Amino acid sequence: MSKVNFLKPDKANLNTFLYLGTFLFFISIFDVFLNSFFNVNLTGFLPNFLSFLLPLILGFIGLYFIRIEYSGIKNLDLLNKHINTNNFNAILSLLIIFIIIKSLPPILSWFVIDASFAGDTKDVCTGSGACWTYIKVWMRRFMYGMYPNAEQWRINLSFISLVLLGSVGYFATDRFKKYLTLYYVVIYPLIAFLFIFFFISGGPVFFDFSYGIIAAILSIIIGFFIPSKFRFYYFLIVPILLYIVLKYFIFFEEYIELGKLDGLNWVETGAWGGLSLTFIISFFCLIFCFPIGMAFALGRRSGFPLIRYISVGFIEFWRGVPLITVLFMSAVMFPMFLPEDFFIDKLVRAIIAISLFEAAYVAEVIRGGLQALPRGQYEAAKSLGMGYWKMHIFVILPQALKLVIPGIANTFLALVKDTPLIFVVGLLEIVGMLNLAKTNPKWLGFAMEGYVFAAIIFWIICYAMSKYSYNLEQKYKTDR
Amino acid sequence: MNFRLKDIVPQLITVIAVVLIFGFFTYNAQINMENRGIDFGYGFLSQESSFDVQFSLIEYDGSHSYFRAYLVGLLNTILVSVIGIIIATILGVIVGVARLSPNYLINKFAAFYVEFFRNIPLLLQIFFWYFAALRALPLPQDAEAMFGVFFLTIKGLYVPAFIWQNFNIFFYSIVAAVIAIIVIRIHAKKVQESQGKQIPVFLISIGLIFILPLLSFLIGGVSLSFEVPVLKQLATTSFIYEGGVSLPPELIALTLSLSLYTATFIAECVRAGIQGVGKGQKEAAASIGLTPNQVLKLVIMPQALRIIIPPTTNQYLNLTKNSSLAAAIAYPDLVLVFAGTALMQTGKAIEIVSITMFTYLTLSISISILMNWYNKKIAIQEK
Repeated sequence: MSKVNFLKPDKANLNTFLYLGTFLFFISIFDVFLNSFFNVNLTGFLPNFLSFLLPLILGFIGLYFIRIEYSGIKNLDLLNKHINTNNFNAILSLLIIFIIIKSLPPILSWFVIDASFAGDTKDVCTGSGACWTYIKVWMRRFMYGMYPNAEQWRINLSFISLVLLGSVGYFATDRFKKYLTLYYVVIYPLIAFLFIFFFISGGPVFFDFSYGIIAAILSIIIGFFIPSKFRFYYFLIVPILLYIVLKYFIFFEEYIELGKLDGLNWVETGAWGGLSLTFIISFFCLIFCFPIGMAFALGRRSGFPLIRYISVGFIEFWRGVPLITVLFMSAVMFPMFLPEDFFIDKLVRAIIAISLFEAAYVAEVIRGGLQALPRGQYEAAKSLGMGYWKMHIFVILPQALKLVIPGIANTFLALVKDTPLIFVVGLLEIVGMLNLAKTNPKWLGFAMEGYVFAAIIFWIICYAMSKYSYNLEQKYKTDR
Repeated sequence: MNFRLKDIVPQLITVIAVVLIFGFFTYNAQINMENRGIDFGYGFLSQESSFDVQFSLIEYDGSHSYFRAYLVGLLNTILVSVIGIIIATILGVIVGVARLSPNYLINKFAAFYVEFFRNIPLLLQIFFWYFAALRALPLPQDAEAMFGVFFLTIKGLYVPAFIWQNFNIFFYSIVAAVIAIIVIRIHAKKVQESQGKQIPVFLISIGLIFILPLLSFLIGGVSLSFEVPVLKQLATTSFIYEGGVSLPPELIALTLSLSLYTATFIAECVRAGIQGVGKGQKEAAASIGLTPNQVLKLVIMPQALRIIIPPTTNQYLNLTKNSSLAAAIAYPDLVLVFAGTALMQTGKAIEIVSITMFTYLTLSISISILMNWYNKKIAIQEK
């Protein structure tokens, strides 16, 4: 056995160093563990300062001893490579291990051990932990807002049917795959709109806005049968004409009243709220902002200078202002710009405002994709004799959109995270409902539980979305 | 010039549509305002505001004008943004570098931080800090001093105030140091290019930035003293701190949540930037005999910064715009003071919302112009 030099661990004395180092390392972890879980301080006899630092010092020496390169022991080499490459890394690793051990007991006791789950009054919440009873009692409000309890099955039923209808794409056979785009772009939003218009609201929500939607969707459907030569002019004129015809000649307000389903009570949008409102707003803004954003992205790259300037102005304007001022505008300024008898519900105004706002971001993302495509793609499409729209729909956009999936996913994530801001116009989705519940005199003092609950829900939604977008990105990745 | 009908018609129709929409809005606005008896104009800016603001950087009370209230709000917005940007940058760079660490634990810890704070709405985080976390702080009389001078209480953070004498001399000394450093840098670059000699610019810079202000203390008659906040009893159960600077809890909650949230995005920018520099660059630099420090300074950083800076500026802009969420917890920023209180009092919806939006717009557009210029300057010159 060669001489042991404690300042220089070497392979010759592998076992000595290994046993000593492992022992010291585990002693340090054991000390912190006891201290944190059982409140026992092994080193209490030492001065305060030293007792505090001792685990760190012991652990550091232990890690120093076992840092032996090419020891031949697979696990030791892996450990050294991952957490113990040098002194600095060793200290950081130790600190992180200690922080995790230290923070586990308080978190666990707050979430589970000392928390109260049973009962339905505040009185059961006597422990030092979280009061999940509060969440349990208020669950309906957090999910559905002020929507009447007896009518909540309408929201559930609509959401379940929409989810089922939305998953059609997974089961479509090859024969129907080519219609999927049409289905998702036109028919599915229409169904969703009808569900919310007739079923969740059960009454006159959208008024003039609904004529616009119906006109737009009708004209898109008819547009498929118009020869492509006239399609551009068709889309400029017909939607407006249809809107006027619908509004003044066919659909009178009484028809809308008649059109509503019998036996359903009207629930005003002011009573909507909670997580379901978050979903409704995110869903519609997502549907609207994408085509608007695409139009402005194309407009910004257009060869016509006037259209380009207008698009640039639009995009830069919305990107330059915070969403909260946009919502302020939709709440206090926008009604001034409309004729007095022209009524738009505040939920619809909020949806329009958020859609326009996010559309500007979507436009910039899509423009990035358009710019990233090589010129050859444009030239090849043109040389095949394709016109502007054909070139974009069949050659450019499919490739460009594939490139910008992460960017678009990020924008949609931002959209979902921005929905709580609608408290500005007086709508209360889940965060707003939490603030309302927090001020209820019977349930004072449970702000923390509420926010943690909402944070968990949002985190799950957003994390799932980002993972899904990552999967999409991998799926559509094509090497060029 | 050969104008073709096909080129003109779409543009003409678009322009007419835009003009029609705007005309429709203006026409309605005029009628609506006439009906409600509101007149349009920016004259109210000079009127007496007669409302108070809790926290302001400049002297302000109800007798000042609306314009001054606007300035108070704007300065508060800028204050929160600047503090937030500084903290977010420091935190973001640390986390971004930690994300690339070979140390498994550090790497995962940083990843956890990013995924955790990025996926929770900012407004929720602000509410959490303000209504839940900061409410758990002790009352002023129970607060324990940190380092003997800081007091973190439920009513805010109390820090010692700096009391300067001859502050302007100190300020000039710093300006002089910065100018000297710039001159030396330029000179060093010239020397390097013409003679190949290296001047230790970094050491000289550090020396200058310390020595010149120190000289101002020794020779220039600058002096600095601290005013530590002292607990004072107002009534039997009511205590406040006197002296020092008090930072309201709204400001703390806002800067904390803004910087924690934005730091996650900056961290991702930094990571992408450093990863974006090819491995070959590092190896090539090492193979021509540069020291690791030189590799970092001369090869990696210039290329990484080119990738990092544009998205990071975007994040700074986002942070500034997100600071408008202050209105939700009643921190008196531009939106709350001007688009909130002032709007309620005057009822001038169009004027006030347009001024507020225009302010933010000016801020972002000027920064993006600056960024475009910078981008062009540092872009690779392809031949």
